[in-house]
Amino acid sequence: MKKNRTKQGYLLNTIVIVVLFALFQVLTAAMGGSGSFKLVLAPCLWQCCYLIILAASLNLVLGFLGQLSLGHCGFMAIGAYTAALLSLACERAGVFEDKEGPVFLAVLIGCILAAGLLAALVGLLVGIPALRLKGDYLAIITLGFGMIIVNIINNLPFCGQDGLSLGSASSSLYKNGLGFGSKGKVSYLWVALLVTLLCLVMMFMFIRSKYGRAIRAIRDDEIAASASGINTSFYKIMTFSYSAFFAGVAGALYACANATLSTSSFAFSNGGILNSTFIVVMVVLGGMGSLTGSIVAAVIMFLVNYQIKNGTWVTALPAAVQGVFQYPMLVYAIVLIVVIMFRPKGIFGSYEFSLINLGRDLKAVRLRKAAERAERKEAKAHA
Amino acid sequence: MSTFIQTLAVGLRLGSIYALVALGYTMVYGIIRLINFAHGDFIMVGGYTMIFTVPMATALGLPAWAAVLAAIVVCALVGMGTELIAYRPVRKKGTNMTALITAIAMSLFLENLAQAIPAIGPNPKVASQIFAAGGLRIAGVTLEYTTLLTIAISAVVMVVLYEFTQKTRLGRAMRCVSEDKEAATLMGINVNHTILSTFAIGSGLAAVAALMYMAQYPKIYTTMGSLLGLKAFVAAVLGGIGIIPGAVLGGVVIGLVESFTTSYISSSMADAFVFLILIVVLILKPAGIMGKNVGEKV
Amino acid sequence: MPEKKLPVLETKKLGITFGGLKAVQDFNIQIYQGELVGLIGPNGAGKTTVFNMLTGVYVPTEGTVLLNGVPLNGKKTHQFVAAGVARTFQNIRLFKQMTVIENVKTAFTKDIRYNMLDATFRTPKFWKAEKEMTEKAMDLLAICHLEDKADVIAANLPYGQQRKLEIARALATNMKVLLLDEPAAGMNPTETAELLECINTIRDRFGVAILLIEHDMALVMNVCERIQVIDYGQTIASGLPEEIANNPKVIAAYLGE
Repeated sequence: MKKNRTKQGYLLNTIVIVVLFALFQVLTAAMGGSGSFKLVLAPCLWQCCYLIILAASLNLVLGFLGQLSLGHCGFMAIGAYTAALLSLACERAGVFEDKEGPVFLAVLIGCILAAGLLAALVGLLVGIPALRLKGDYLAIITLGFGMIIVNIINNLPFCGQDGLSLGSASSSLYKNGLGFGSKGKVSYLWVALLVTLLCLVMMFMFIRSKYGRAIRAIRDDEIAASASGINTSFYKIMTFSYSAFFAGVAGALYACANATLSTSSFAFSNGGILNSTFIVVMVVLGGMGSLTGSIVAAVIMFLVNYQIKNGTWVTALPAAVQGVFQYPMLVYAIVLIVVIMFRPKGIFGSYEFSLINLGRDLKAVRLRKAAERAERKEAKAHA
Repeated sequence: MSTFIQTLAVGLRLGSIYALVALGYTMVYGIIRLINFAHGDFIMVGGYTMIFTVPMATALGLPAWAAVLAAIVVCALVGMGTELIAYRPVRKKGTNMTALITAIAMSLFLENLAQAIPAIGPNPKVASQIFAAGGLRIAGVTLEYTTLLTIAISAVVMVVLYEFTQKTRLGRAMRCVSEDKEAATLMGINVNHTILSTFAIGSGLAAVAALMYMAQYPKIYTTMGSLLGLKAFVAAVLGGIGIIPGAVLGGVVIGLVESFTTSYISSSMADAFVFLILIVVLILKPAGIMGKNVGEKV
Repeated sequence: MPEKKLPVLETKKLGITFGGLKAVQDFNIQIYQGELVGLIGPNGAGKTTVFNMLTGVYVPTEGTVLLNGVPLNGKKTHQFVAAGVARTFQNIRLFKQMTVIENVKTAFTKDIRYNMLDATFRTPKFWKAEKEMTEKAMDLLAICHLEDKADVIAANLPYGQQRKLEIARALATNMKVLLLDEPAAGMNPTETAELLECINTIRDRFGVAILLIEHDMALVMNVCERIQVIDYGQTIASGLPEEIANNPKVIAAYLGE
């Protein structure tokens, strides 16, 4: 009975997703040519895609495994550079000439996959020594690895200082590699969306299986987990590497959306939106242990970031507020502190959205709210 | 040979700056088991304070370094404010991880707040000369006064701090609280007060470090404390976090590694080497050179 | 001619030293299938330390633990569990944010044979394994009278039921020896009686050997077939309950000399 309900839920989700995707394709075909779609919506969706994957993948480690990793951007950097270099190599080898047709599509998908796999491999190599540590020490060692990864990429002659970001290959991503201009972003948007969807499905399936149970057990009590027969090091390293895989995929999508790559985008913290701390902000905001939360938080943070920078309403605000908005990280830092103080579990806690249970969940929320109201009333009556 | 001695001197100078910052990390970690990511930014706060107070000090006819007194006060206030506003509430109801995330958020907050303040802004500022120029010539090598003074002042500060924790009432209270908070409360120690004092002292040390740093690199910018702080933290972990002599040892080692890598291998790889050392130490002896491994009680 | 039975769990000269302090030394015990043995001793005698060595949480500095005659030296905790040693904890260690049934299912993890691909694509193998596991888990919960609490978050269970859930979780590891560390601590007489019933059911149904640490003397004397007493890390007596009850050394250890 219960299992059937789960299966029905999956079926329902699949149907809804297929319908939405078809609808989206129709929409793209209809509006693809329009300026606002091409110049605003499509690039925004690209950005949302990789932010969602990043947040959700870090949540595997932070929310479900319960280990703070501060080097997530390092894996993203590996993915981005792998995809970019591989696509440039393919172009130079004459595999594809223009960014169209099935051959290019194969290269694109191959690059994304390669990016994920290499990041997963590095995640494995980093995870084996790093995950022997816990808590603060793990946070620091992953931060250190993230720094080293970026530093090494920076010093590699073919991709760092005189490579992709500055030298001869500058802006070659648009011209020769994966980097899409606004037209490419529209025509390959479906790939980005599909990849994001696949990643999310993979992560959901992961946490709703023995793997997910095992890592949540490790989060709650590592000693009890090993006393229940769980090989804790194995599951920790595996989750870390799996999470790095998705970060690598996100990196590849990032490379697609940009003309050039620069290692400063993947630092521990910087003025921009892309850094390891920012990903932590998204995960904490959405709820550690809720993939739904990560998705929603990624979109919210993207919108906030976009509005702060481009929103017309901003100019109507007092100059002091506008001044603050010039430093979006200041806003995020405040958001993070406020969330941790007043809602440490994030927006969603560990709740996961599901279509089939939506009615039940909403009812539960309503009942809880009513109970809280009644309690407050009673307290007031007592006073 | 002269390169070697120069490198050694630079390494020691850098090392004593790292050691001063590492002391702040170690003291706070020792007492509340929290990596205070914002500590690096206290250096930045100290730096900017001195940008304003150094001209004041010279106008009053005092030596430029006297400006550090004001910076110590400002840093101590910022440190205590951070503890009161952010860390204490989160510590009461959160977990270790939420506390750590709060620390990261505070660091971001301070860095970006500084940029948003019009008098500071995002562009670097240049400090005026702090110590007398020139240096001592010993055996064909010129050692700058700045270098010598930095090493000397740091050494004095560290000895005073060590004696302070061993001999004074507050110092003993700090050690008690870091051993066992509940027992300390039962012994009549005001734990919150002690933690606050630790923040004040640690942040004050950051101001002294800022003085040393500015004496050598007069450019001040809002994210200056970020990498400096991280490396100092590496130093604290290297020596054994929570242990005062360990922080000094770690600081000196990190300073030497950085200066020798820069002059003999590659300047762009220096940071990678620093973090590589961190990783090796954490894997081989996670409690640091002078620390003891403590397992979890089952 | 009766064959000499091999003990399920046996230790030989087991000992551990913490920085010069000999916490446990020369600890020898044999437990046979279906037996219920009590391990008692005053506070700080080293009982839990023995448990920690028997489950690989602490690495003994000397001696061996043998399971069915196979030494387990150098193995990690999860390998001890795989070999067949399960335990509960003195200070309850549940997976607090997970539901009761998930707590039990977690302990099945090592025996589930589906892999990552099965999980990702939800193959029939996955569904079959999960279904079997749910049934088995419900079974174990029923033994511990927790079947109606399956979907409750573990942290929200009352204290006595949390202790029982720990036992259910240990059972799920498919063990040969069950180590119970003060299962009745903090329970009221009714709960203790229920626990006793639960322990008896386990022994009858699974035929496992049980080693029990307990402070409730009435309980120990009541259920244990043999008792071993340790004090200051050393065995001071072992034998039948009535022998132990009258042993002057034991009385001295408990009452002080």
